[in-house]
Amino acid sequence: MLKGKVHKYGADVDTDAIVPGRYLNLSITEELAKHCMEDADPDFLKRVRPGDIMMATTNFGCGSSREHAPMAIKGSGISCVIAKNFARIFFRNAINIGLPLLECEEAVDKTENGDTLEVDLSGGTIKNLTRGLTFAVSPYPDFMAELIAAGGLIEYTRRRLESRRV
Amino acid sequence: MNLAEKILAAHAGKETVRPGEFINARVDMILVNDVTAPISIREFRRIGVSKVFDPRRIVMVPDHFTPNKDIISAENTKQMREFALEQGTLYFEVGQMCGIEHVLLPEQGLVLPGELVIGADSHTCTYGALGAFSTGMGSTDIAATMATGDTWLKVPPTIKLVYQGSLGEWVGGKDLILYTIGKIGVDGARYAAMEFVGEAIEALSMEGRFTMANMAIEAGAKAGLFRVDNKTQLYIKSRERHAYNVYEPDADAEYARVIEYDVSGMEPQVALPGSPANARPVSEVGDIAINQAVIGSCTNGRLEDLQLAAQVLRGKKVHPGVRCLVFPGSEQVYLDALTLGLIETFVKAGAAVSTPTCGPCAGLHMGILAEGERCISTTNRNFIGRMGSPKSEVYLSNPAVAAASAVAGRIVSPEEVSGQGTASLESYAPKRKRNYR
Repeated sequence: MLKGKVHKYGADVDTDAIVPGRYLNLSITEELAKHCMEDADPDFLKRVRPGDIMMATTNFGCGSSREHAPMAIKGSGISCVIAKNFARIFFRNAINIGLPLLECEEAVDKTENGDTLEVDLSGGTIKNLTRGLTFAVSPYPDFMAELIAAGGLIEYTRRRLESRRV
Repeated sequence: MNLAEKILAAHAGKETVRPGEFINARVDMILVNDVTAPISIREFRRIGVSKVFDPRRIVMVPDHFTPNKDIISAENTKQMREFALEQGTLYFEVGQMCGIEHVLLPEQGLVLPGELVIGADSHTCTYGALGAFSTGMGSTDIAATMATGDTWLKVPPTIKLVYQGSLGEWVGGKDLILYTIGKIGVDGARYAAMEFVGEAIEALSMEGRFTMANMAIEAGAKAGLFRVDNKTQLYIKSRERHAYNVYEPDADAEYARVIEYDVSGMEPQVALPGSPANARPVSEVGDIAINQAVIGSCTNGRLEDLQLAAQVLRGKKVHPGVRCLVFPGSEQVYLDALTLGLIETFVKAGAAVSTPTCGPCAGLHMGILAEGERCISTTNRNFIGRMGSPKSEVYLSNPAVAAASAVAGRIVSPEEVSGQGTASLESYAPKRKRNYR
């Protein structure tokens, strides 16, 4: 169960906004986290607390393929990102590294910045504790659920290769 | 099946595939660069295999922070170089016929029609110009595929874009793609494949097609594909390193959407700061003074792009208030530009010519903008802060508009500065025959 305050953004939050290009020669999560949303929302790191939830409307994470973006978000303490939809490379990257993403239009429409949410990933529900609302999230496709359950793509791949050798 | 479906089915070992279906597909080539390699290599080591699946199908290109910007960047490229050596993968060293990855790979014949290519760079979609299905992924996906040789894909729906009519002077692939993104938005093709067809596409040069496919990602697309024709065949004729298959869409191929544009009379397009979707005709941009003009990149760093810029700049001077930076897309393009006298034209006009690098485009190094500065650029993204200060601005255009604006000191159409001391494109005709014209 994840619980935290919502940091809400609009449409088309791009990967340059999440972590600016000048930091792309860094590749450690903790270092990237120091620059999360640096240009787009300079106070974000002052406000964010471990477990908090990032929210946006549509096409979150558009632009570059930099895995540095979900790494920075994860490293900043954000426990999951909820949006109406995500850009496809960002979606893959986040799932691969174990940053949960949830697509839920209704939750986004009915949640305001600063609301407190409780997210049950396995049960597929988002509760807005501030407003007393509950939203259902459609489950991941089977294959992707398996990848998430394995703990990310690397662990999933390791198991696949091991089963091939048997 | 349409073009994307045909290629994906072939790589998944299936008779047919449908949009929305999850497939496991073998890949023909994997690309990684100095930004994404350090994470890919670290994650690859965690998988617990000692060797990559096939070193001949992995290419490593130092192009983003290179020539090394600082010690961290130097450590990154060193790590990539050592991994390439250890595993025997393809590797291009700076200066040694290297270049910006998406200019370099087609030029070297490392991507051919009908292939499936994944790269740890979002502009990997560039190779769609060759009738390949190519798409960007992150470092971890690349790490896993370096170990297994395959990857999971969701078969995308395809949007067919039909361009009728013929393009006027100073209008090319960049203008078509900016216009398209302006119409459908930065998520207009989210998770979809784009298939570009029509008489304007048939008339378009390979360079123009690379430019369009390159920016498919700016509409959110997974891939942007072109059908193989005589121009494609000519381009790859002297470059092909191995056999390949050409796929054609079926007559009854299904498309999620078909969009038609009549592009006759279209003006050069300029995307205003903030989003590539802020496109409008150059005549409607208004009076915008600029501090910098960038010509080059994986979007517009090919020979034809430099020829167009030189055509505008020949015999003229860059405005005293403007830094004009030219980045050939590869050492081969640099050499061809040198042979044709383009480099001399640039230097005499007052432009700085650099070795190929992604530096200025992504605000990494070389050409960073200060607060309040404005740049016109032939690159692909104008997100806030993309090229430097979050309080700087980037306008996107084709190379002729960028060159003309460099001369005028404000954003103008090439028509406004051509006329005095002009040179025709013919005066830059290649002295030696190029095989793809």
